[in-house]
Amino acid sequence: MDTHPALQTFVAESRDLLREMESALLELERTPEHGDSVDAAFRAAHTIKGSAGVFDLEAVVELTHAMESVLVDVRSGDVPVTADLVALLLSCGDHISALLEACEAGDGAHDPEIALAGRTLVEQLASFSASGLTHLPEAASARPEDLQVESSHDREVESDTWHVSVRFDRDVLRNGMDPLATLGFLATLGRIESLTTLFDAMPEARAMDPESCYVGVELELSSGAGKSDIEAAFEFLREGSVIHILPPHSRVSEYLDLIARLPEDDTRLGELLTASGALTERELQQGLEVQRVARELEHTDQAADRIGEILVRERVVQTEIVEAALEKQKSAKERRSGDGAFLRVRADKLDELINLIGELVIASAGTSLAARRASDVETIEAAATMARLVEQVRDGSLMLRMVPIGETFNRFNRSIRDLGRELGKDVDLVLSGAETELDKSMVERISDPLMHLIRNAVDHGIEAPELRLQRGKPARGQLRLNAYHETGSIVVEVSDDGEGLNRNRILERAIELGLVTEGQPLADQDIHRLIMEPGFSTAASVTNVSGRGVGMDVVKRNVEALRGSIAIDSVEGEGTTVSLRLPMTLAIIDGFLVGIGKSSFVVPLDMVVECMEITHEQRASVSDSGFINLRGDVLPLLRLREVFDVQGNPAKRENIVVVQYGGKQAGFLVDALLGEFQTVIKPLGKLFEHLSGISGSTILGSGDVALILDVPALVQRAVSTEASRCGEAAAKLIESK
Amino acid sequence: MRKHSKSAQKAAKAKTIELKGAFTIYEATRYKRVLLEALEQAVDLEINLSKVSEIDTAGVQLLVLAKREAIKQKKALRLTAHSQATLDAIDMYALGGFFGDPVIISSAKGRSRSGDAQAQGRGA
Repeated sequence: MDTHPALQTFVAESRDLLREMESALLELERTPEHGDSVDAAFRAAHTIKGSAGVFDLEAVVELTHAMESVLVDVRSGDVPVTADLVALLLSCGDHISALLEACEAGDGAHDPEIALAGRTLVEQLASFSASGLTHLPEAASARPEDLQVESSHDREVESDTWHVSVRFDRDVLRNGMDPLATLGFLATLGRIESLTTLFDAMPEARAMDPESCYVGVELELSSGAGKSDIEAAFEFLREGSVIHILPPHSRVSEYLDLIARLPEDDTRLGELLTASGALTERELQQGLEVQRVARELEHTDQAADRIGEILVRERVVQTEIVEAALEKQKSAKERRSGDGAFLRVRADKLDELINLIGELVIASAGTSLAARRASDVETIEAAATMARLVEQVRDGSLMLRMVPIGETFNRFNRSIRDLGRELGKDVDLVLSGAETELDKSMVERISDPLMHLIRNAVDHGIEAPELRLQRGKPARGQLRLNAYHETGSIVVEVSDDGEGLNRNRILERAIELGLVTEGQPLADQDIHRLIMEPGFSTAASVTNVSGRGVGMDVVKRNVEALRGSIAIDSVEGEGTTVSLRLPMTLAIIDGFLVGIGKSSFVVPLDMVVECMEITHEQRASVSDSGFINLRGDVLPLLRLREVFDVQGNPAKRENIVVVQYGGKQAGFLVDALLGEFQTVIKPLGKLFEHLSGISGSTILGSGDVALILDVPALVQRAVSTEASRCGEAAAKLIESK
Repeated sequence: MRKHSKSAQKAAKAKTIELKGAFTIYEATRYKRVLLEALEQAVDLEINLSKVSEIDTAGVQLLVLAKREAIKQKKALRLTAHSQATLDAIDMYALGGFFGDPVIISSAKGRSRSGDAQAQGRGA
């Protein structure tokens, strides 16, 4: 079976909807009194059902239908929201996504096992549903007999025409348009079943301007055309005109809304609509009556129920009718708004574009260089303009790949809930900075490490409720996910208010494993870092060291593969915060080009704090101490010439590039500062994988290769060298005493 | 809808005007004056539409205005000998019932619609 492109779209959209549904269900569990989340879940289930019907995915239709039925009961209050119900609905969502996967893979949904699981779910749902799955109004209910009769009568009456309501703009005629032509066009789309022209807006004879348009029209159109086609008829008239288009089987409430919004007298419009067959007299009267009663009853600050819901509850309108109406119009609406706001683009197309732009950046740098060599003013100017534009294009296209991290965060909601239930822990997830954006490829790749950290936090960090109460903490644990931008990186924090890391036990274990020697002075941060050592993630350590460190080395490796770093901050008994610091993008960066001898190196510009020329006296002290006094602070220095073993003698004048990473500063000693440079990062080959201090390479305009410095690693090296030197110095000092 | 019994005075102050050519926005200001003046002078006004070659929404509006004024002033106003253009326009707006004039209708579709409109007119 070849996968139909529309099917792919359906699957992609359904996945989004399932995600929405999942968060709505979780929200529902937290605040059952909120109707919004039920509606959201219902909408999602409904839209999926509608589209699945198109593709003949019966299993999906059946399940979503059963879900809808239960959700309707939940909304009406007939079925209480319980953890079991939410769990069941969630697993239905999982099942649907499994079905989608199967259908995407092309093997249909004919796996007997899957089918059986689906049937079991449907049955389980049925047991929750108050009125069974068919949702026919039950004769046993307390409603008077005649209403029942009426409700079955409604189904036949319910009009299947589009209702179009237009109040044309005053200036339509003056602008050379004629509503007559528009109506004529509408008539070509289908059959105008009835039409009423309203001139209520026309003032009395003296004040009437013969060139203004006072026409209003209410019409019933029976047509197979879509909403967009009908809207297209009004394309040139839209400005200033008031146009309402109600699809066939719209809800009574929408007609009532329409009546309320139109300028004419409500009663008159009501009569008009019933006369034209859009509404039955009975629907209108009962709708209005119920709305009025409801308004009187709840005339406190709570808004009156939507009439559609009331009608459903009163069993005046059959649920199927409401469902059908909802389905048609919701999907039409959603498609419309979705089309306008977003464009689905294949990720590989975007990647290709980014690659090309990378090449363009290099080419542009080459042009600039050539222009400068030719020292032709005009060429230089042209090249400069182009370079600026290329830069903008680059930024713009990189922005295309940026997505807010919130979506990833929301996905964890579910995992935390499930994990909490499994472990008998009550955990609240608090999200902040969800709008922080980062590269799409990054999002995909940090998802797993984040998941790992979250599991760790819930499993080992947060204590069982009884223990928490004993320790004077609220029984419900808190897990916080936070994201923010900082100096060209994005920081993602996972923090819990659990028991924190036990310093001594980690140290014991580390000594046991021979990672550190006894008596070695270590900062807390260094000790916490130990749990990310590969040796720590053994089964034994799970029990010994409060379990932390399970797979932490894997997390660390993943993060480092993204040119990121990881830091752990923990206070025993109060909680742990793990911060991931990641670059915003993987493809192109603004670089700062420095020269050492004949080689060029690139420092990511975001990390450069300042540059300075080193004075003669500083130079002498630098060579033996390895740091300088920068405005009263100690700045550890790295002589890159030595680090990378560059041949030749140092230049007469040396410069210091001060860089910052993760709250630490260091200075790089270089020969020349060559200025800013847009850098397309080319990964180094496998051969150079273990090269420390270098994170990638790039091609200069001249065709030469420049290496990109791995600032985090170098800063770390500078800081630790300085620390050990300090240690030695201190030891000497003690000895001499 | 109010029925306009053709009163006895009708014969006394009956008047017929004839509209010609294009009855559109370009002529609207002039025709407004013509129609209202004619209505002022007559108790029973007949508007002959046979020579109207073209009519747009502005024209229809003026006819509606005149009819409304006539009703307000308890006068009779009749549209007669509709040209095809005026028939189509009135038909499109389903105003046959509002004007209440006997017309010779050609298409079956048009008849059913103006019939509906009449029903609505009575309802309102």
